[in-house]
Amino acid sequence: MSLSIVNLIYLVASVLFILGLKGLTHPRTAVRGNIYSGLAMLIAVVVTLLDQRIISYEMILIGLAVGSLIGAILAIKIQMTGMPQLVAIYNGFGGGASVFVAGAALIEGLAMGEALSYQFTIAVAASGLIGAVTFTGSLVAWGKLQGVISEDSLRLPGQQALKVLIGLASVALAVWIVIDPTIIRNYWFLVIAGSLLGVFLTIPIGGADMPVVIALLNSYSGIAAAATGFVLENNVLIIAGSLVGASGIILTQIMCKAMNRTLTNVLFGVLQPSEDTPNQDEVYEGKIKSTSPDEVAMLFDGASRVIIVPGYGLAVAQAQHAVRDLATLLEGRGIIVEYAIHPVAGRMPGHMNVLLAEANVEYDKLKEMDEINPTFREADVAIVIGANDVVNPVAREEGTPISGMPILDVDMARFVVVIKRSLSPGFAGIPNPLFAADNTLMLFNDAKKAVTELIAAVKDS
Amino acid sequence: MESVVMVLTVFVLAIFVGFEIITKVPPTLHTPLMSGSNAVSGITLIGALLSAGHQMTTLTTVLGVLAVVFATINVVGGFMVTHRMLKMFQKKD
Repeated sequence: MSLSIVNLIYLVASVLFILGLKGLTHPRTAVRGNIYSGLAMLIAVVVTLLDQRIISYEMILIGLAVGSLIGAILAIKIQMTGMPQLVAIYNGFGGGASVFVAGAALIEGLAMGEALSYQFTIAVAASGLIGAVTFTGSLVAWGKLQGVISEDSLRLPGQQALKVLIGLASVALAVWIVIDPTIIRNYWFLVIAGSLLGVFLTIPIGGADMPVVIALLNSYSGIAAAATGFVLENNVLIIAGSLVGASGIILTQIMCKAMNRTLTNVLFGVLQPSEDTPNQDEVYEGKIKSTSPDEVAMLFDGASRVIIVPGYGLAVAQAQHAVRDLATLLEGRGIIVEYAIHPVAGRMPGHMNVLLAEANVEYDKLKEMDEINPTFREADVAIVIGANDVVNPVAREEGTPISGMPILDVDMARFVVVIKRSLSPGFAGIPNPLFAADNTLMLFNDAKKAVTELIAAVKDS
Repeated sequence: MESVVMVLTVFVLAIFVGFEIITKVPPTLHTPLMSGSNAVSGITLIGALLSAGHQMTTLTTVLGVLAVVFATINVVGGFMVTHRMLKMFQKKD
């Protein structure tokens, strides 16, 4: 097949990728959009397989079979609550593939004995470096989300200096490769430096900052693919890679904005309580009202609007189905039930939406923060399930670690029920005056048990 | 030089298209967007297939096959899990 025909078919694939992403702008068209993207990939792969430079298919088929099998098993087995770590590990594989492809292209380029262009060498260095950072960074993110590595933000003395040092070494190696690409060993040194950088950049980030990291690694995996496109001078790689890169960057921005923090602050800053943060005793002493499922069931009598506020605790307890059962029960009694979703609730963008969709909650009941906030004052009961910092009213005041962070105004509801295992602080490490407010009742229990007991209590009442 | 400008043009325009489309994706679909775009970033598979099929040296073949495995996990897994999620967002009536 002539090169122009191949490139025309790649163009068709690129257009399908764009249409596929466009489909994701509405839940109704999203399934079709994903199928378009899959079709685009299939077309691109088939055309590539017809390339006459390919002399043997055995190894390719083995690779495709092994990869498909692993990918399919992961996709089928994963529980919706484990979605953040699955996306993290997929990101990593994408980055790893870029490292290998760029390495192989460099070796082949040198073996051909032609002079390598700057475009080629710069792109090789970029693919190797970004790919390696994505690979190890994603592995660390996976480990943290899976609970293999401590989720706490781990900060060692001299860590910042070490990061800068490895960063400089990576840049130096990259420049060396661009100037003199003949020493292949340097490429692997660059990959090692990038791998270390990925670990050191991700290990200090923990807990509630994970959504930012996953979105950022998502973007890196796209940029690595685009860089590989520059290596191979292949437009479909460049187009698909930059679409993903743009997507990751936008999500990163949205997440940062939702926490009122800059990306630099998430990556390098330290989130800690300031000196004058009131301690827990001062805030909570004598003001906490512990409640029972029966008492909460009575609140629902005569209620007309209930807002459910899910947080990471709901995911941990796998309480999404129980929550939906409770909502159905309340709706059966003529109560309007809606869900208030904070952009950074959970461990990845849209995490809560996926969990609730799994439990068959219709997507138009999932309300974004800006939409639902003005309606809290008309709500009779707000039920906060396993969320903390995103409903902490001190964010409205000056001088706290979360000052200026947009929050859900649950304290405006007539009654607030907080389902939480204990009074332990959230990721920001500060007490939450909401728990001590006059209109707040605390239901201390695991999210799933609490909601299940609540359902029984409502049925009895 | 000319080819550099050509690929750069494609790159920059694609980023703009990406920004335009993705800012319109509703927050409720952000997780499927991530997993779906993740699968798309597995497009590196194209390059992997060429390296694995060339069989220029043993090393490039090994690197190529590893890349095929990695990228295929990304592509197949990504699209399947995205499909699984998006199905849940479709109204059941």
